[in-house]
Amino acid sequence: MTSTSTAFATARAEGRAALIGYLPAGYPSVDGSIEAMKVMVEAGCDAIEIGLPYSDPVMDGPTIQAAAQAALDGGVRTSDVMRVVAEVAATDVPTLVMTYWNPVERYGVERFAADLAAAGGAGLITPDITPDHGAEWIAAADEHGLDKVFLVAPSSTDDRIAMTAHESRGFVYAAAVMGVTGARDATSDLAGPLVDRVRSAGDVPVAVGIGVSNGDQAAEVAGFADGVIVGSAFVRCLLDHEGDLPAGLDALRSLTTDLAEGVRRAR
Amino acid sequence: MSVQPSTTGRGTSRYDADERGYFGQTWGGRFMPEALVAALDELTEAWQEAMADAAFVADFERVLRDYAGTPSRLYHAERLSELVGARVLLKREDLNHTGAHKIRNVLGQALLTKRMGKTRVIAETGAGQHGVASATAAAWFDLDCTVYMGAVDTRRQALNVARMQLLGAKVVPVESGSATLKDAINEALRDWVASVDHTAYLFGTAAGPHPFPSMVRDFCRGIGDEAREQCLEQYGVLPDAVAACVGGGSNAIGLFTAFLEDEGVEIHGFEPGGDGVETGRHAATIHAGEAGVLHGARTYVLQDDDGQTVESHSISAGLDYPGVGPQHSWLAAAGRATYTPVTDAQAMDAMALLSRTEGIIPAIESAHAIAGALDVATRLGQEKGPDATVIINLSGRGDKDMGTAIEWFGLGDADLGPDADLEQVEADAATELDTEAQQ
Repeated sequence: MTSTSTAFATARAEGRAALIGYLPAGYPSVDGSIEAMKVMVEAGCDAIEIGLPYSDPVMDGPTIQAAAQAALDGGVRTSDVMRVVAEVAATDVPTLVMTYWNPVERYGVERFAADLAAAGGAGLITPDITPDHGAEWIAAADEHGLDKVFLVAPSSTDDRIAMTAHESRGFVYAAAVMGVTGARDATSDLAGPLVDRVRSAGDVPVAVGIGVSNGDQAAEVAGFADGVIVGSAFVRCLLDHEGDLPAGLDALRSLTTDLAEGVRRAR
Repeated sequence: MSVQPSTTGRGTSRYDADERGYFGQTWGGRFMPEALVAALDELTEAWQEAMADAAFVADFERVLRDYAGTPSRLYHAERLSELVGARVLLKREDLNHTGAHKIRNVLGQALLTKRMGKTRVIAETGAGQHGVASATAAAWFDLDCTVYMGAVDTRRQALNVARMQLLGAKVVPVESGSATLKDAINEALRDWVASVDHTAYLFGTAAGPHPFPSMVRDFCRGIGDEAREQCLEQYGVLPDAVAACVGGGSNAIGLFTAFLEDEGVEIHGFEPGGDGVETGRHAATIHAGEAGVLHGARTYVLQDDDGQTVESHSISAGLDYPGVGPQHSWLAAAGRATYTPVTDAQAMDAMALLSRTEGIIPAIESAHAIAGALDVATRLGQEKGPDATVIINLSGRGDKDMGTAIEWFGLGDADLGPDADLEQVEADAATELDTEAQQ
């Protein structure tokens, strides 16, 4: 497996921010999602977040909800997600799983960590687990050398940011808008100060999720963060071309190219 | 009668949560996005301070008395008692303003919202009872109110949508997921993540992330505190058993809390058994679910092998939820309370029985408690004689359920006269209970 920190190290050596792309496993199909993620890798994503579709995704906006629900309706299983991880990780790009907690607990925390590591996965992003309620996951991740990516928010206190930075491995995910996932027209003025607060708490890389959907926004965020996370805009490419995967992949490729160019022209 | 502030969240009883919100070190907790942690911490602190503040407690007590009409009566149901051979006492929460126990919870949370200086409240609702209660409290306290309701439910419960609108609330139909209660909770949480600086989430039951299970319990525990005192006053004894229906479980935990340390008192929760647990179409979460995490708490959850939430089913919308309050999971695991499923059919029989013996039309939710508790009362009557005493929480009135009753019993056509099947229910119940008594 490859820790996500290697992607940040490479990007830093090139004087730029890393581009992290998200898609849910199983949309439009398991194989289709693998193909889509490989396109994102080829076109310039430095790391991939694979969403594990869940029935009650409280942090997700309508775009990601729609794709995840379609994946569930299509019968995607946790075991399928492991297969997607294995296929994407084989490209040598750090590959994380982003998941709500219950599917992990149901699979068995230790078993999940072991299977994720065996598939070559880098670690987990856990939107509904904070380090102070995540002892079981922290122990399993440490045992298997997996990245533990926890989130911070503009509402986080300095104490909690310090705790989160200390407990995270790979990077810290700064969810820089108070709200659910989704593409936004304007970037938030909450993001810069949040990144600064995480940086002053530790030396773990900070990636920002803020609804970026084009190269100009990516460039703006890359100006102050170690990584730019893009989710809904990628999902939108596939949703907008439902039933026509090749067209969806073309859209993904050109969006990735635009974003990858954006993270390179910031500084 | 006074509101008795609990020592909740400070771990003074083995049945309470610890300061991090875990019951029995396992159940509950706070599995929530970091974005909401500051708000949940703020709420926890405000609630604990408020419950320790005599002025807040007095204010809550006054509002409950003058506006909601508490304490509710503890009523001796004599004909029902005769039928089962034991003393059956009904805690008449159906007579509260808005017709259910839920007004206690929303008045407590709305009072706290005012104290915290927030100007807007949001709520989720299934059948609409918590939504109506929230809209009521928001009107009375002059707060903006938005209620999230599954689109399936807004169509089934158009009357309650209209009530909320008349009270000045905005009702938002939720189309995502299964478009029912659990999805309404998801959508309310999504709203809250974006509005948390000025908005309070009036959670409708004793579930969700810490502090909601303990806080909602505190606001509802007057049910049991009153009933315990009334029973001692009126009959000079503690009951032999207490019983309530359990969906999320706010009325049940509100009744049970006062009796947890009374070891001689049996505690019975009755879960929605739907078409029967064996059919898979039910919402008997504790009886048939498995431990998991839903809506921020570790608790029993109806889920599949991958941890995806399974859709629940109950004829009673208020009990139709695939999770349950985490304190109930702990009371079940600790062996302090017993949770038993009651089917749709058994609940509807009990609805008819109570209507015809006592002239009280119960909510279908509460009818689950009646159905289950009558068996308990019959057994206790045999063991201890006719003075054996059972308190049943009559958590709400049945007006809202008349549409379901019309369909189930084939009512509403005056030309047909009283439905023969319904006449038979009363006779059958008497025979059945009599047979049980002889066994």
